[in-house]
Amino acid sequence: MFLINCPYCGERDQSEFSCGGEAHIVRPKQPTELSDDQWAEYLFMRKNIKGVQFERWNHAHGCRKWFNMVRDTSNDKIHAVYKMGEKPPVE
Amino acid sequence: MTKYRVNKTKHVDQTKTVSFNFDGKSYHGFDGDTLASALLSNGVHLVGRSFKYHRPRGIMSSGSEEPNAICQINEDTDLTEPNVRATEIELYEGLKSSSQNCWPSVNFDIGGINNFISPFIPAGFYYKTFMWPKSFWKKIYEPLIRWSAGLGKSPTKPDPELYDHKHVHCDVLIIGGGISGIIASKIAAKNNLKTILIEDKNILGGSTIFQKNENYKINDKYSSEWIDEEIAELKKLDNLTIKTRTSLAAYHSYNYLLAKENISDHLPLDKRNGDIRQRLWKIRADKVIVATGAIERPLVFNNNDRPGIMLANSVKKYLDFYGVSCGFNNVIFTNNDSAYETAVSFKEKGISVEIIDIRKKSNSKIVKNAEKLGVKIYWNSTIVNTFGHRKINSIEIMNLSEDGSNVVGDKNRINCDCLAVSGGWTPMVHMHTQSGGKLDFRENDQIFIPTEIDKNHINVGSCNGDFELEEIINNTNKKVKNFLKVSETEFDNTSVLNSKELDKRNIWLLPNYISEGKCKSFIDFQNDSTAKDIKLALREGFKSIEHVKRYTTTGMATDQGKLSNMHALGIIADTAGVKMGTLGITTFRPPFTPLTFGSIVGRSVGKFFDIIRKTSIHEWHIQNNAKFENVGQWKRPWYYPINDESLHDAVQRESKAARDSAGILDASTLGKIDIQGTDASEFLNRVYTNTWSKLGIGKCRYGLMLNEDGMVYDDGVTTRLGENHYLMTTTTGGAANVLSKLEDYLQTEWPELDVYLTSVTDHYSTASICGPNSKKILTKIFPDKDFSDDAFPHMSYQNAKIDKISCRIMRISFTGELSYEINIESKYGKSLWEKCIEVGKEFKITPYGTETMHLLRAEKGFIIVGQDTDGTMTPIDLQMDWIVSKKKYDFIGKRSLYRSDTIRENRKQLVGLLTDDPNEVLEEGAQIVSDMKKKPIEMIGHVTSSYFSPNLNKSIALAVVKNGKKMSGQKLIVPMENKNINVTVSESVFLDKENKRINA
Repeated sequence: MFLINCPYCGERDQSEFSCGGEAHIVRPKQPTELSDDQWAEYLFMRKNIKGVQFERWNHAHGCRKWFNMVRDTSNDKIHAVYKMGEKPPVE
Repeated sequence: MTKYRVNKTKHVDQTKTVSFNFDGKSYHGFDGDTLASALLSNGVHLVGRSFKYHRPRGIMSSGSEEPNAICQINEDTDLTEPNVRATEIELYEGLKSSSQNCWPSVNFDIGGINNFISPFIPAGFYYKTFMWPKSFWKKIYEPLIRWSAGLGKSPTKPDPELYDHKHVHCDVLIIGGGISGIIASKIAAKNNLKTILIEDKNILGGSTIFQKNENYKINDKYSSEWIDEEIAELKKLDNLTIKTRTSLAAYHSYNYLLAKENISDHLPLDKRNGDIRQRLWKIRADKVIVATGAIERPLVFNNNDRPGIMLANSVKKYLDFYGVSCGFNNVIFTNNDSAYETAVSFKEKGISVEIIDIRKKSNSKIVKNAEKLGVKIYWNSTIVNTFGHRKINSIEIMNLSEDGSNVVGDKNRINCDCLAVSGGWTPMVHMHTQSGGKLDFRENDQIFIPTEIDKNHINVGSCNGDFELEEIINNTNKKVKNFLKVSETEFDNTSVLNSKELDKRNIWLLPNYISEGKCKSFIDFQNDSTAKDIKLALREGFKSIEHVKRYTTTGMATDQGKLSNMHALGIIADTAGVKMGTLGITTFRPPFTPLTFGSIVGRSVGKFFDIIRKTSIHEWHIQNNAKFENVGQWKRPWYYPINDESLHDAVQRESKAARDSAGILDASTLGKIDIQGTDASEFLNRVYTNTWSKLGIGKCRYGLMLNEDGMVYDDGVTTRLGENHYLMTTTTGGAANVLSKLEDYLQTEWPELDVYLTSVTDHYSTASICGPNSKKILTKIFPDKDFSDDAFPHMSYQNAKIDKISCRIMRISFTGELSYEINIESKYGKSLWEKCIEVGKEFKITPYGTETMHLLRAEKGFIIVGQDTDGTMTPIDLQMDWIVSKKKYDFIGKRSLYRSDTIRENRKQLVGLLTDDPNEVLEEGAQIVSDMKKKPIEMIGHVTSSYFSPNLNKSIALAVVKNGKKMSGQKLIVPMENKNINVTVSESVFLDKENKRINA
């Protein structure tokens, strides 16, 4: 059970959060201009990394804010949390 | 006092006799005994049969690692519990216990025949044997295996006891109350840290508490005396919470730990008073110190499983802690010094003991001490066989060859009634690895020890590979100081005297003159796997330790391989000729010791199982005989039977009343989301498939929401309350998910939009009145309001007041009838409802439930998301093309509506079905086929909604059918178990296709 440092509320138990999958997949601004393959890429294709992964999390039972998290999936170490719209930390 | 109780100790109160029952016989023990020590004090060793071969087995250990003494307690009561270890049950008056896994009795067990046919049941026996003949599986093999499989009997009655959960936070958590845990706790608590110490036994002190030996002294005191003083001081510390009878179950990441506290398990049944039985502690600790100690290893030799063969340190504990001698003619079989402590204890009490040591010689202090006391030691020797059916009576020993790979010389037979075995010590690294920690192999002691990487967690004492008393005290002190950033402690100058082990020799599988195939050298006692099985698995090509484990079931019993894993690894390494450290180990998974279901669920049982949501009108529904259905967490009236009316009769009556005069539905559970902000209209444009920008203030519109993949997600009516203010309704079950989804888009994709969402589901109650007389009823409730179609048209809303209480009236319809929904603040919901019923009396207003609501909407072909859709239906599939805007540039899911798969013609599409026999009602979920002759028969769809319509006087159904759009008028078949039902594809709107009733 992680201890997650919500950028708005501080450290809280993982049970308050829900994970929203891979981060930094931007919804295309002009979906109609995309081919089936391009749209499918946005819609279905997700990475499943063993190692450092960028994820979306929602403080569902807290402030209800979405934020991003950098987590190493091999050992569950959380390297960073940052607000939506902020740039991911370079490391 | 029985003859085996040879010693008085302060831990067992021999003035307090406790009577108990084992396998139908009455015995006596004393206050302070465990079931195991009490049985041993009565000379009872044989307590169970092994799982596969049904070999007689006896008590082997004194703790949670016990593989044999597994009992059923309090059988035939509703408090019965299977698979409890006799070594862990504290004895109480009236305890009833019995052996498991034997039939008809532990002394005479039919299954014992498995022992004689054991050459024919090797590892993987089940996988290999029950393959043929195929027809035997269902009738013969499976029932037989099911009868003989499993351990113990589950309780048949509900658990009457109470369980609890508790969340705690602390600065430092110490796991294990042995010597190193006590040192760590004292340092932590004395340095102003909020500290919790948990210990699974009922007292602190570990094995030090019964260590009274000249060779092990701390500050010139016996270790047991020193530790007693430490414990007494510990109990005075303010910052420290000591939890005994509390075992750690799981160590998760970020120092989140679960521990189970036994509160009343040690009390006689009549003294438990319905208090909490067990409490699960959920602990988040800033720092964790693991001090779980080590478990003594057995040795692997032929017939090493007879009753009377025990672990050496456990034998010592029974003697020095419980005062029970496990035998009077003892033999110790060891490869290390620690077993000599047992020998010294025996000798000091005048009890006979001899030692067989696989080492060539040792001159350590404790060895010399034993020799001086006259203990006969057979050096460089091993046991090649043991004898005695229900209890060991003799052993056969031989000398070892120089390299230890073989036996040499003559066999020598020695009589004994107890064989105490020690193969060294295995650090309990389970907690460390559960938390994600890694291990290193220490060649010298053939052990895995923790490598520390996490800055908030350390291991101290023998679980960290420190076995000598001096190392334990000094290293624990040093490590804890460093960990907690303490500069000095009272343990800095502790003087420790201890006999140091000078010689080591380890042989994982001891050699024998008998061929390997004929030896029964057990590794996993609980699952009956032997060295032979491991070697067979290797010969058959299994290489990974995880595979060998599963194939042979080594380490997979309820003891989780506490005694067996290391030997399995060692034998694999030796056989395969690789270094043990390179093999890796099997994963240790929680729980460390089994948890009761009660402790896992805690108080979340019965009415606390899940949240129950009730509308403000709920009481009225109960008073009016409503039957309820669960919709998500909501309790919704399902139907309101009058007298003994059946569901069918009630629904037929309610449905007819709603169309003929007036019906009323509690619609409060529909999700309601208040949407405000200057971009609210634009936001709705993006989330719904249709256009919202031109909706006038005071108007309502139905909307369909898709997922990005184009599939229907939710639907509902949204009302424009003001320029920048909307009220969205969602399905009852979808409310929370819709809000999350909308929040997700707002926060992550469209942060530029000025929109605020608030859930107001619970804020308003809704009474929905429908039927041709609904307008008259509304007019009576709101005499000042003009309800003419011009002043208050369909799909519009107005504010109104009842007795000065504001409410909103929406003229919207889910039944196809003229219909109004009145929203009012929840606290007035019941009064509003009662007023509607009162006023509606003259029109025979009829309350109806969800079943009638479903029927009425099905007559009109209105979908229910989640019933007629299943996450694979687009609006086009639902024949709802009209609601999909062609003009809008984008909305959620738009692009997916013309992917190659979604424009496929033969997708399943929503249609109506009419049965050829109008009285035949289809089953929801029934499959639909068009051709019964072509095999395999293709299933082209299924029935999603089906009712008998009292208003049309015939059966109607909605279904999804491949290419259904083009099948109008076509005959299809719904095959059922006993018959085939003929149906015709129809339009999905069955009643009032012209929508006249809405303006009736």
